Amino acid sequence: MRPLTQAILYRASQAVLVALLVGMLTFLMMQALPGDMAFRIAAGRYGYDAVNAEAAEAVRRELGLDRPALAAFGTWLWDLMRLDFGTSVISGAPVMDEIRHQLGASLQLAGAALALSFLIGPPVGILAGLRAGGWLDRTLLVVSTALRSVPQFLMGLILIVLVSIQLGWLPAAGYGRPVHFVLPALTLALGLAAVSARVARDAMAAVAASPYYAFGRWKGLSEGQLLRRHGLRNIGVTLVTYLGLQFAMLVEGVVVIEAIFSWPGIGHALVHAIFGRDVPMVQGTVLLLGLGFVALNTAVDLTARWIDPRGRGAGEARS
Amino acid sequence: MFRLFSSAAGGALILAAMTGTGHATEGVLDVVAPFEIKGADPVTSGNIFIKMDVAETLVNADAEGQLTPGLARAWTVSEDGLEWRFQLQPDVLFHDGTPLTAEAAALALSHARAKPGLLETAPITEIADEEGALVIRLSKPFAPLPAFLSEYRSLIYAPAAYAEDGSVREVIATGAYRVTRLDAPLRLEAEAFDGYWGEAPAVTRATYQAVGRAETRALLAESGDADYVFNLDPASLARLSGAPQVEVLSVSVPRSLLIKVNGAHPALADVRARQALSLAIDREGLAQAILRYPAGADQILPKSVSDWHSDSVEPLAFDPEAAKALLAELGWTAGPDGILTRDGQRFSLTLTTYPDRPELPLSAAVLQQMFAEIGVEVVIDSTNSSEVAVRHGDGTLDIALFARNFALVPDPIGTFLTDYAPTGDWGAMNWDNPEFTALIEDLARGEGGQAERERAIEILQTELPVIPVAWYQQTAAVSTGVAGAVLDPYERTIGLRQMRWAE
Repeated sequence: MRPLTQAILYRASQAVLVALLVGMLTFLMMQALPGDMAFRIAAGRYGYDAVNAEAAEAVRRELGLDRPALAAFGTWLWDLMRLDFGTSVISGAPVMDEIRHQLGASLQLAGAALALSFLIGPPVGILAGLRAGGWLDRTLLVVSTALRSVPQFLMGLILIVLVSIQLGWLPAAGYGRPVHFVLPALTLALGLAAVSARVARDAMAAVAASPYYAFGRWKGLSEGQLLRRHGLRNIGVTLVTYLGLQFAMLVEGVVVIEAIFSWPGIGHALVHAIFGRDVPMVQGTVLLLGLGFVALNTAVDLTARWIDPRGRGAGEARS
Repeated sequence: MFRLFSSAAGGALILAAMTGTGHATEGVLDVVAPFEIKGADPVTSGNIFIKMDVAETLVNADAEGQLTPGLARAWTVSEDGLEWRFQLQPDVLFHDGTPLTAEAAALALSHARAKPGLLETAPITEIADEEGALVIRLSKPFAPLPAFLSEYRSLIYAPAAYAEDGSVREVIATGAYRVTRLDAPLRLEAEAFDGYWGEAPAVTRATYQAVGRAETRALLAESGDADYVFNLDPASLARLSGAPQVEVLSVSVPRSLLIKVNGAHPALADVRARQALSLAIDREGLAQAILRYPAGADQILPKSVSDWHSDSVEPLAFDPEAAKALLAELGWTAGPDGILTRDGQRFSLTLTTYPDRPELPLSAAVLQQMFAEIGVEVVIDSTNSSEVAVRHGDGTLDIALFARNFALVPDPIGTFLTDYAPTGDWGAMNWDNPEFTALIEDLARGEGGQAERERAIEILQTELPVIPVAWYQQTAAVSTGVAGAVLDPYERTIGLRQMRWAE
């Protein structure tokens, strides 16, 4: 079997395993959470002014919450096999629609943040790495340490006060138009760029100090040619692997940022779903997030193979 | 490389410059509030559709809580009080172009009654349409019925809005604005509805944005991104009051911060123990420090709810020494750590509260200190709001701290009926005062007046099935670019329909 197919098959089997484990674990955890599920759902639906014993009873009847847990899990698994995620017990809308809206909004924000951080971090890092110990390198160390140390919610508030209130350039929060992306994406991107700049700087410094880089210079390549031919490709694998990792970290950062900027994302949705015991919503969201990570890892693997053909060649030679 | 980097930076600058030309879209009124849109169903999110003038109820209420005609232009009740007849406004169209008929209104109310809510608690036997009028038949007289019909869960959607099973598919209502985009849970966009039966609104486009964090709401008001920001936190209120671009509105609302007491708890069954707890509370201090306005509650409802505020009752006072004396009378003596004991039992209570309203856990911590002063130990359990109802049900509740809205309908009688006649999840627990129950039931039937209401308040004041702590104020920040905005004590409307752009 060709190693590429082998790698994909490996990831596919991983995906099935992740789906089963995630489904089982979230189901067990939701069952183990304290409190009466019917009351929690009623509170989530009708709010604290209207939750009472009658509302909870009505929810219990409507959703059949008296059923044994095992039967409910079986139904969920069977629906999942037919790719039916069910409907949210809070809003009554199909879980798939809610996730599409909310995960979509989160992915857009995460994507914009990642792209912005990629424009800021690696270029600065590469410049610093080329002249390790220079003024840019030293400044970068201070600035990136400072940016990384500021908690994201604080960074978000600082940016709102500065850019929206003092300068009046951008909306403070909200969703719906492209300008709404700038501040939350920038907040996330600054934190990401602080680290990716350091990673790019270390990788670049190592490459720039290597014998093959010095040889390239001796044989008469200009600095630009040298960077394009021997620099970027060699730091590429490190950067792409790290980028994949950052994307995973983003999911965590997005939760805080969504709250501050009132962004209708998956972090917000998941927190509310857990409070409101919206089991179908939690299972659907966590499942898609789990599968998303598998897909992300696959993409990182494939990109790394494409950038660095050495592993690929060796693998084929073995087979 | 430098070139690549500088062009990226240049691009970012151009982007910033392009977006810098004013971010609040011209001609669109942006409303920001903490309530999330859970869906199209009136039962879960009707309050938002009412506030945004998208949907309407049969009966409206003005700022004094007086009922006014809504989709019903007039109503009458039969001699025996068992049959209500509502005449509908003529020529009302739903947003899908179909006309409002008594049949459509009856269908909407029947769906509302089948779901949890106030309407479910009214003694309704039949909702029908007869000779073009909506007729509601009751099993016993029920005076607050029109008030119940003004609540958001009783709003009227077109028949096409409901699915077979009663679930709501989309928002098809009769309001001055029509939903053009519904992005649950955070955003909705609306535009003026051409076929509106009333006066056409001056502002033609509006948006609603749910923003959970109070700091963010205040920042949106301050930056000018939002024109009407509902519900400000105390710290932001002080800052926004000095900002020239916004006007801060505040109004006393019929919502009270209360301590619910388990009347069957061995330490609390005697009314003197409840009075002692009440005497231990420095209400003005707590209100000033946490809510940041002077609204300590010396009885259950504030003066603004004139019918249900009594000037003749003795106000609840702050007197820790008197509280200690009362507890000593009951046989409690201070233990080695200052906490009272009796027959080997410590005076220790668990206080259940919830963090949905951020001031609740803070107030709980302050009360904990105040009760410690008189030797009562309090353990705070800040959990899900539904736990108050659960613990009421299974009898495990000691005391609970919550904010109760007495005006889900403009007439607080509905809330007194469900919470105190004799008990309710959000009112009295293991307390039964036959005189009070009889008074409230008479008032609900439409018998009795101010004297009866004052007697009812007096009973609550002396028996203390709940201990009033503070009265709430509602606040809003309105852009000076908008005129005609209102802050309704009954939290029904923001006056969107009457708003216009200021010159």
